[in-house]
Amino acid sequence: MENKVIGKDVNKIDALGLVTGEPVFTDDIKLPNMLHIKFLYSPHANAIIEDIDTSEAEKLPQVHLVLTYKNTPQVCHTTAGQGWPEPSPYDTCMFNKHVRYVGERVAAVAAETEEAAQEALKLIKVKYNVLPKVFDPEEALKDSAVKVHEEEYIQGVVDPKRNLVSHIEVKAGDVEKGFKEADVVVEHTFETQFAQHCPIETHATISYLDENGRIVIRTSTQVPYHVRRIVSQVLSVPLSKIRVIKPRIGGGFGSKQEIILEEVCAFVTLKTGKPARAVYTREEEFISSRTRHPMKITVKIGAKKDGKFTAIKMYALSNTGAYGTHGLTVASNTGSKTLPLYNKAPNVEFIADVVYTNLPVPGAYRGYGATQGYACLEQVVDMVAEKLNIDPITIRKINHIRKGETSPIFEALGEGREGVVQYIESESIDTLIDIGAKEIGFFEKWGKKIRNGSKVRGVGMSLHMQGSGIPKIDMGSSIIKLNEDGSVNVLYGGTDIGTGLDTVVAQIVGEVLGIKPDSVIVYPSDTDITPFDKGAYASSGTYISGGAVKAAAINLRDQILKVAREMFKELDSKDYILENGFVISPRSAKKVSLSEIAYDTLYVKKQKQLIGIGSFMSESSPPPFAAHFVEIEVDEETGIITPIKYVAAVDCGKVINPELTRGQIIGAIVNGIGYALSEEYKFGENGRMLNPNFFDYRIPSSRDVPEILPIIVETFDPTGPFGAKSVSEININGPIPAIGNALFDALGIRLNSSPYTPEKVLKAIRNKQ
Amino acid sequence: MKVHYKINEKDYSFEIHPGKVLLDVLRENGFTEVKGNCYMGTCGACTVIINGAPKTSCTVLAAQVNDAEIITIKGIGSVLKPHPLQEAFIKKGAVQCGYCTPGTILSAYALLQKNPNPTDEEIKRAIDGNLCRCTGYVQQIEAIKFAIKLLTEEK
Ligand code: FES
Ligand code: FES
Repeated sequence: MENKVIGKDVNKIDALGLVTGEPVFTDDIKLPNMLHIKFLYSPHANAIIEDIDTSEAEKLPQVHLVLTYKNTPQVCHTTAGQGWPEPSPYDTCMFNKHVRYVGERVAAVAAETEEAAQEALKLIKVKYNVLPKVFDPEEALKDSAVKVHEEEYIQGVVDPKRNLVSHIEVKAGDVEKGFKEADVVVEHTFETQFAQHCPIETHATISYLDENGRIVIRTSTQVPYHVRRIVSQVLSVPLSKIRVIKPRIGGGFGSKQEIILEEVCAFVTLKTGKPARAVYTREEEFISSRTRHPMKITVKIGAKKDGKFTAIKMYALSNTGAYGTHGLTVASNTGSKTLPLYNKAPNVEFIADVVYTNLPVPGAYRGYGATQGYACLEQVVDMVAEKLNIDPITIRKINHIRKGETSPIFEALGEGREGVVQYIESESIDTLIDIGAKEIGFFEKWGKKIRNGSKVRGVGMSLHMQGSGIPKIDMGSSIIKLNEDGSVNVLYGGTDIGTGLDTVVAQIVGEVLGIKPDSVIVYPSDTDITPFDKGAYASSGTYISGGAVKAAAINLRDQILKVAREMFKELDSKDYILENGFVISPRSAKKVSLSEIAYDTLYVKKQKQLIGIGSFMSESSPPPFAAHFVEIEVDEETGIITPIKYVAAVDCGKVINPELTRGQIIGAIVNGIGYALSEEYKFGENGRMLNPNFFDYRIPSSRDVPEILPIIVETFDPTGPFGAKSVSEININGPIPAIGNALFDALGIRLNSSPYTPEKVLKAIRNKQ
Repeated sequence: MKVHYKINEKDYSFEIHPGKVLLDVLRENGFTEVKGNCYMGTCGACTVIINGAPKTSCTVLAAQVNDAEIITIKGIGSVLKPHPLQEAFIKKGAVQCGYCTPGTILSAYALLQKNPNPTDEEIKRAIDGNLCRCTGYVQQIEAIKFAIKLLTEEK
């Protein structure tokens, strides 16, 4: 049967409020007597606080509370908003006596105005015992290195003495044997940098006590349920005393999968009884929220003359900064989301080390380790092709995974633990490559080095997969109730952070129940009201949360059909159709509206509320696929790389909302272009970030954007809602390798680190000459 | 000190601290449709129209623009009667998180007031100061072009 709502461009259901500036974000509401929280940060990369004197600050008339490690709970926990049991180490407290990076918070002031809080910060006297520091992960692994964490109480760290948070080792076959059998072997090391998510709304949290003394936390988060759990853990307050409300979120991209303001706000409210507010400035967002894990990745590929890979080996050294949040799981994804793509290699090995240093704390960031992995892998694939005199397209076609196939990596490596066996359900990759190649004119342009003065053109490509949710771990759930007019209220725990998930949910429910999406009222995540959902991460929104609302909608539909059958006085409802708000029996041509059914069940007969419930957890994590193609122009005189045209051919299963899907694809690409060309943390000698603002840390603006063409190749995933897979993350993975490959095509140079700044390009040109 | 503004065609007087920037004064007085975060004039989220020109309200002292005429996103349309630009942003998928949206729409609005038929390049330049981390700008530009169409049809 043809879909009525799925696959259609339904307007984003929250867009009207957003374009008209209604007060929907966390910080758009103001509460009486609210206290404003401001933080004091460590100026040292590694130091023990010997003494901290807050007495002068406390004397200021408008100051209500000053927090330090001395008067806050010393509960060692992880700030990573992940599922349970938590895979990240317990290595931090709300405030630590030992501070480990410039930007770690030392104290907080809660005062009646922001200005007073700011004033008070200046009066806090801290005596530091400054310790030696370590910034380089290779250095940090040495026996002689500074130990970033020495405390006995930390948990979940493999070897604190070597600063080694996690070590991953996964093997299939025998790579050494594979390299021996190969005709060519290529090895290349590539380094990726610290970068920031830069959601335009910074982290913001407001907390207050409700009339029953419970703590309400209104916060810009991707993970309301994990916020509730972790705040309960850190403050030793029963979970039942905490309510987390997620308003509209001004972007997250992973940075808001972290509990960094909520516990402080809640603590202030608990201590003072007053509402509290903490909002990061842009600078704080850079220095003290989360970043992307920089990695140094080495990929070695062996291949036969015919292009067939015999072995792939990947080693990733991940810098997890001062704290290990998401360290293990991001590094897992560096291998698990990349290596299965080339399953033709019988011998595969992935090794990763996650290491502490005295630098800012990386966390979850769109692409989640796969971005780093592909940055290197997809350039090495091109290097192998070059050596074999094969083109980049053919080599990928020879080696990529196909429908019905699996990879040993799927089972061996999940997120921080073993994975699950998975078979690919989609045969789209060749199509993606062909369509993309045609659109960019790959074979017409590749190797041509078309020149215009000092500017040379080049084309490059890269291939990718990702996942959809974390299999056998991630769960979402939903409750749907039927109203008198045939509309429904959907309560689900999923977290729309701007991606349009609420709209996708309305479409899924509308499709199942045969009603218009605007008759579906979606209630944003509120831990008191909506049922559980793991939150917005791991590309799971449409797949897991969408799966949950679909299950709940089917449950409600079955109840509706039962009532209709009784009304029609028929024996079974198997062939009933739900359409335009009616239940129709094609046999008898009888027809009843959902509104009549609701009136009947609520007021007239067998009074009861029809309510559907459903949960969804997946056994697998069907990967979306994407082939990226870029044409660039690089100026040999300035070293500036300008992307001219970017084509992304994407298989994300069945598309629920084409316009929103395009938005996810283009948004991720532009984010990736920023990461590839300009975005990076610059550090001073003491480990201080030197460019914590939008002047010096350049994210793309409207004029930096090339022509971008997303091409969607629809497939059907049997496990996803209406056949859908994920799309949110995968397309950030392409710009580094695709532009890198295009740069090689244009000038025959390969850089070994991102971002591809003009200085590096010029240096490489000079070295080549 | 006391300042007076005409905001969205209504008169207001506020008692302010002379050092405050307009963004804070607006938000503190309930105009939370004006967003902010960088306070350096680099993100554009705080854009409002002051005496006809789009300005980042975080870099303007409130005292400095005493008696100014200010337009916020609420001054061009509402949930009950959205402006064609607002409709177009909804229709073309140009809104993701929506945090940058009021500022971007106001920059586009100011452009169309002066130049009802801009080129792509002029559109890009008009919203160049409005950073958006979600959309990648393509749909925003499409939306502005669509709004131009809607506005011409309206005439
Ligand atoms: S807050 Fe004004 S430009 Fe960013
Ligand atoms: S829509 Fe999120 S920043 Fe523009």
